[in-house]
Amino acid sequence: MKLSGAEITIKLLEQFGIDTISGIPGGANLPLYSALANSSIRHILARHEQGAGFIAQGMARTTGKTAVCMATSGPGVTNLITAIADAKLDSVPLIAITGQIAYSMVGSDAFQEIDTYGLTLGITKHNFLVRSAAELLTVIPEAFYIAESGRPGPVLIDIPKDVQKEMIEINHWPIKRAVVNDMKIENETIQKAIEMIKASERPVLYVGGGIISSDASESLKTFAANQQIPVASTLMGLGAFPSDDPLSLGIMGMHGAKYTNLAFYESDLIIAAGVRFDDRAVGNANEFCKHAKIIHIDIDPSEINKVKQATLCVEGDARDALDQITQTIGERDRSEWLARVAELREAHPLYEGISGMPYHPVNFIKKVAAAANKDAIICTDVGQHQMWVAQNYPILKPRTLLTSGGLGTMGFGLPAAIGAALSNPDKQIILFTGDGSILMNLQELATMRDFELNIKIIIMNNGHLGLVRQLQELFYDKTYIATEFISNPDFTMIAKGFGIESFDYDSGQSDIEQLKTALSSKGGCVINVPTEIGELVLPVVTPGEGNHIMIGA
Amino acid sequence: MKRKNLVIKLIVRNHPGVMARITGLFSRRAFNLEGILCGVIGDGTHSKMYLLVNNDDRLEQIIKQIQKLYDVLEVAILENYNEEAFSHIGEDETDIIPERHLRKVN
Repeated sequence: MKLSGAEITIKLLEQFGIDTISGIPGGANLPLYSALANSSIRHILARHEQGAGFIAQGMARTTGKTAVCMATSGPGVTNLITAIADAKLDSVPLIAITGQIAYSMVGSDAFQEIDTYGLTLGITKHNFLVRSAAELLTVIPEAFYIAESGRPGPVLIDIPKDVQKEMIEINHWPIKRAVVNDMKIENETIQKAIEMIKASERPVLYVGGGIISSDASESLKTFAANQQIPVASTLMGLGAFPSDDPLSLGIMGMHGAKYTNLAFYESDLIIAAGVRFDDRAVGNANEFCKHAKIIHIDIDPSEINKVKQATLCVEGDARDALDQITQTIGERDRSEWLARVAELREAHPLYEGISGMPYHPVNFIKKVAAAANKDAIICTDVGQHQMWVAQNYPILKPRTLLTSGGLGTMGFGLPAAIGAALSNPDKQIILFTGDGSILMNLQELATMRDFELNIKIIIMNNGHLGLVRQLQELFYDKTYIATEFISNPDFTMIAKGFGIESFDYDSGQSDIEQLKTALSSKGGCVINVPTEIGELVLPVVTPGEGNHIMIGA
Repeated sequence: MKRKNLVIKLIVRNHPGVMARITGLFSRRAFNLEGILCGVIGDGTHSKMYLLVNNDDRLEQIIKQIQKLYDVLEVAILENYNEEAFSHIGEDETDIIPERHLRKVN
């Protein structure tokens, strides 16, 4: 059977279980699109390639499976770059397939030519520039394997147009390489970990996105419950451990509750699992848990000892490690330590919001949580609203909070919510965004409308780049520059222009009923919520200090 | 005495972008790279690279980051490398390619 490079590519994607691709066609990927026309794969036409990238991320983040996006050469690629970099920093399995001008023309500065390979070297787990149709038979299976194995991440496949059109004879199709965990953890290492945990009086679990990637949530719950160890989470780890569990300390670090950071400060052992000691989580690394020993479990060996020297390195899958420890360690009573943590919680609680202030962001977010389905998927953009959600929205299950953690990309929310809705048609999708963030990928309201997706967009509208303004207020002598918008559009009118229901939230009415009705209605809705600019995300770690030194707590 | 530098030997997949991948890692992560020797080996599918790097506390990270690269197939460290191979750049008579053999184009 003779097939073109483009047909081989699409056929392999079908064989590997891809049912939806987001993207935008253009001159250099038209052969791929022609092949897509004859395929069972559903195509989601985004309105900007960055939107396409984040739509794919929304699918990947909610399902844990590799998702695919496509773009043409030149501006298609440069537009996609932010979404790829975002996937790299948050370890999301993503495959970006980009069209390139014909390989015979590469280097001639042809129309829409860009050095895609060079531009994406540093923001992908791996990238390929394919030079023949035959290469696709190895490159595509390898791309899936790389994206999914070990620590997941984005892979880019750049396919020149002449390679897409090249016809070759196909007799055998490659099969998908099964992802197996070949990083066996030595029994000796597990024994050492067990000894350290047994010897510890005041341990804290520090968990992150690696728990979610490795499906270790249940293992974590069992381990924490048996050993009575409190669990603090990074932003990426939210959902790994239910926030309503008595052992949960919520998020740690820059905007964690002070009691959470103090628990770390007083602890004698940090069990760090699926985390990378990111500066937003640990603050000044030299000051972080100075007196504690550290067990660092991660599947990516380069994360261990990168920022903070570990007392014990456990290179391997987090679930595997936790299960092995649980098997032999038995149960433990730590009521003394838990009582101390409770004391800290009592003395330094998370800011709870002021009752009777319906527009207060903390109160409002809790109201939304009360009105929403328990299994709703929550998406955020980046800014104050994101931190308030991370602090206050009860996230109970893995893969139910989608947020741009590492790259902190404003504009992430709407397209990620679209991807989540496409992969989870039965779920309620709630996007918390700001008036700054929503405008960064607003065009995707059209994509949302195309598929009448069940997404409720809550714009916490304070007319500012609120989190940046907050930094100016606290750390730049209240020198406010470029953080107040001169004008702000009428978001309800914009939404209506896209054919999407919308209203201004009015706390004067019986607001919880109004929210319930809006959230449970079928289809999309944009809710504009006036928000006070004076409200800050608190507490916050003083810049350069250890996490225990905080403002506003 | 611990030497100031050491050599990392790599066997990599040979393709036009592999050099950029290795050197890009060094610039992106602010690792020092003091010298490179590189050439195709065998049937042309692989290359051998020698990287001269500082023997300091960042070495563990450098090695781990290199090991993660898909194009890198083998990594080895040489503490007792032949300094001659790297040390004569800039010295005409003992340089691998002496200046006098070069035809200037600018």
